[in-house]
Amino acid sequence: MPAIHSQTAHELKDQMQKGAFKPSAIIEDLLARIKDIDGKTRSYTLVNGESSRSTAKGLDSSGSKGALSGVPVAIKDNICVKGEETTCASRILKGFKPPYDATVVKRLKEAGAILLGKTNMDEFAFGSSCETSCYNPTRNPWDTRRIPGGSSGGSAAAVAADETILALGSDTGGSIRQPASMCGVVGLKPTYGRVSRYGLIAFASSLDQIGPITKDVEDSALLLSVIAGHDEMDSTSVDLPVPDYKKALVKHVEGLKIGVPKEYFVKGIDPQVLRAIKKAIDLLHGLGAAVEEISLPHTEYALAAYYIVAPAEASSNLARFDGVQYGFRAGGAEDLIDMYIRTRSQGFGNEAKRRILLGTYVLSSGYYEAYYLKAQKVRTKIKEDFDNAFRDVDCIITPTSPTAAFKIGERLEDPLSMYLSDIYTIPVNLAGLPAISLPCGFTGDELPIGLQIIGKPFDEETLFRAAYTYEQNTDWHKKRPNIT
Amino acid sequence: MQYEPVIGLEVHLQLSTRTKAFCGCRISFGERPNSQTCPVCLGLPGALPVLNEKAFGYATKVALALGCEIQGFVKFDRKNYYYPDLPKNFQISQYDKPLAYNGRVSLPAKTIRIKRVHLEEDAGKLLHEGLDGASRVDYNRAGIPLLEIVTEPDIASPQEAYDYLTKLKAILEYLDVSLCDMEKGSLRCDANISTRPKGESSLGPKVEVKNMNTFKGVRDALEYEASRQLEVVNSQESTVQETRLWDAQKRVTISMRSKEEAHDYRYFPEPDLVPFVADRQSIEAVRRSLPELPEARLKRLRERFGLSEYDAGVLVSDKAMADYFEECAGLYDKSKALVNWIMGEILNRINLKKTGIREAAPPVKDLVELLKMIDSGEISQKTAKDVLTEMADSRQGPRSIVKAKGISQISGRQELEDAVAMVLEKNKKSLDDYKAGKKNAFTYLVGQVMKETGGRANPRLVNEILKRSLGR
Repeated sequence: MPAIHSQTAHELKDQMQKGAFKPSAIIEDLLARIKDIDGKTRSYTLVNGESSRSTAKGLDSSGSKGALSGVPVAIKDNICVKGEETTCASRILKGFKPPYDATVVKRLKEAGAILLGKTNMDEFAFGSSCETSCYNPTRNPWDTRRIPGGSSGGSAAAVAADETILALGSDTGGSIRQPASMCGVVGLKPTYGRVSRYGLIAFASSLDQIGPITKDVEDSALLLSVIAGHDEMDSTSVDLPVPDYKKALVKHVEGLKIGVPKEYFVKGIDPQVLRAIKKAIDLLHGLGAAVEEISLPHTEYALAAYYIVAPAEASSNLARFDGVQYGFRAGGAEDLIDMYIRTRSQGFGNEAKRRILLGTYVLSSGYYEAYYLKAQKVRTKIKEDFDNAFRDVDCIITPTSPTAAFKIGERLEDPLSMYLSDIYTIPVNLAGLPAISLPCGFTGDELPIGLQIIGKPFDEETLFRAAYTYEQNTDWHKKRPNIT
Repeated sequence: MQYEPVIGLEVHLQLSTRTKAFCGCRISFGERPNSQTCPVCLGLPGALPVLNEKAFGYATKVALALGCEIQGFVKFDRKNYYYPDLPKNFQISQYDKPLAYNGRVSLPAKTIRIKRVHLEEDAGKLLHEGLDGASRVDYNRAGIPLLEIVTEPDIASPQEAYDYLTKLKAILEYLDVSLCDMEKGSLRCDANISTRPKGESSLGPKVEVKNMNTFKGVRDALEYEASRQLEVVNSQESTVQETRLWDAQKRVTISMRSKEEAHDYRYFPEPDLVPFVADRQSIEAVRRSLPELPEARLKRLRERFGLSEYDAGVLVSDKAMADYFEECAGLYDKSKALVNWIMGEILNRINLKKTGIREAAPPVKDLVELLKMIDSGEISQKTAKDVLTEMADSRQGPRSIVKAKGISQISGRQELEDAVAMVLEKNKKSLDDYKAGKKNAFTYLVGQVMKETGGRANPRLVNEILKRSLGR
């Protein structure tokens, strides 16, 4: 039998049902794995050894019937867990222990999941490499000289390195899908409003969405079904029934219409990535899906619009980190303004400062119309592009990122090249659509490549159907990095 | 050149909903600092606002009562600025699409247009006292729904500003949506004032005056500011756009910040609250459920009870006073006498004690009983005034007070005849004067009888007996 930590949640559930082992055995195995490996990947910012063990012990005897009973989950460090330090990998939130659980955390606990710990990320989710964390950067388990992607790099690396079974990430412009792609795991950004954001420390409120990072598509469906659904604490969560995602896990795509946007296959894309995506499309075509080229004409404006809307919202969302109530407060201040300046100057890293400045600027009187309002109009155009496309197709296939994982430090000093890493994922957030990234091959350097499938609003089921069919006809998801 | 002030007012009204605007925290005053808070109103990372429907309903009620048009598309915006009493360092407010607009408040001589009414959240409170130079923040107030009511610059004098506020407050009290207490901060007022040559239509540089704690304070601050601005323009200089603070002790306004130092609030749509279309039917339901407002009541009181415009006006300007009057009038039909008592003795007590009518006046049934005792001659008007005071202070009925003090009116004929005889005996000179044609000697003699009886004699009977005795 393979090691416990290398299994999926649905496999563990089956085994537990058969009485093969109890939650405590799972937790002990995972904690040992983290102890062995995390020094190399640095996926976690916090590991809950003690509380995981005691939760597992409780479950051992009660044998709870929750959907995730006894299954370990790692939580991105921007999701509030009551009483556990939640920092967004920022110095400014050091020591902040939320007095409440995020809605997703509450639902996980109710489902019997065991919260293993908090995972590393780019500071406040600002980044695509995990390098802007105030902690050590997380390393890609496939090649520890490389970045794991970001911002949910810790969650993706932990799943890829078998340091957890399931993980939650958050995705504002690709922060679940891009690291999933670079770590060779499955990452899903649900439709905006599908999952409650209550307790997710906001980056850009109109774009943020929490989602699963898992080893395979079945686990993705399993985890989504636990966290999805309306929440009266989040006005932007939508009051629609949550379908039984397990039923969407079917192995056929006959008659499924897949769109391939021509604007996504232009310069900047690594030929190896291009080849892998084309092969994946061919495979689905061979399985009976209809494939047609589509056009998303406003794609080229997405990145620019995103880098106005997202920092604008972020500059306001991050205003509350001022040293007054919680987290870090700089010493030696002479007065209130001085305290604000010192606290924020010392508490935020460079990328956070860059985005706060950008956002403050675009919202300033006299610039608002030219930047923010215009960007919102672009956003509407991008949404219309997708609406038009979805009149003809059921889902859209693109690469998740133009390249595989790059080297640590390679793009850190060049924000634009870093931002380009999310060029295929950003339009999805601007349009509020669901999208999944799943492994579809490797580069010559043995680095994973991700396939992105984009769906209609609240049609995660089609994503699961297409992704599951592809996955069950390939072996990519079974490959694991050789890290010990 | 002749100049005139131009004034506009911004009123902030705390709505008395059971819970806060965007979370479920109870609104309760005088509680331990920060005991009425939760992650949402503390602005903790990750917490999200959800609109309190009741707050929206109350706001709609006010807007409709002020004759506003209601915005069909309801959205909120963030107003960004840094201050420790503002937990998120932005305030959820409404910017380009206020909840309502184009309303009016009618004063006897003119109508003040309401430019906009919008809903927002209150901030916390900084505490400095007894903290040895430190400051602390109490967030109990943070997140209480606030309604901002902004006039057009239609107000032409400090007195008119005062009249507007009085009328506005009366309307708000009728709606029962706020405590409307300026001294306790549930109603706050900032004033914008500028000065321009008489007859001109463009406006001068606007000065915003803050920190007034009473309606009179608003009037005083505006009077000061109007004359200060007049002095500036008369000396051939120009006023500047700025914010000034009213110092109620020194009775002056002091410059707080200039136009250059003004905040850039960087408004943008609040992404955590989904815009919605106000449901026409429920707005019409609110309109239908509006209570009778001061103007309608004034008309009704005049018609039904024959009150003067002035009396009715004073009564309806204080909802509690008009309610008191109507409750009494339901038990007592001489409304003229009733209104005289309320407008006289009782209003005096209200002003003296600075309380509401329910504290300053006796319970309705006791006042009515007192008035009936006067009518039946059991006590005199003059005695009744003393009894009223006693009733209001001790909360006892008139009969027990009259009995305890032995101050019931003497209407026994024999007793009064004895008293008159005694007075005539003692005042032979006045008797002679009267007989010599000096008519005011009669008044003197009546006074002497009253004195003899400790003021308790029934004056009508005294007159009658004295006349008869003198005629003999």
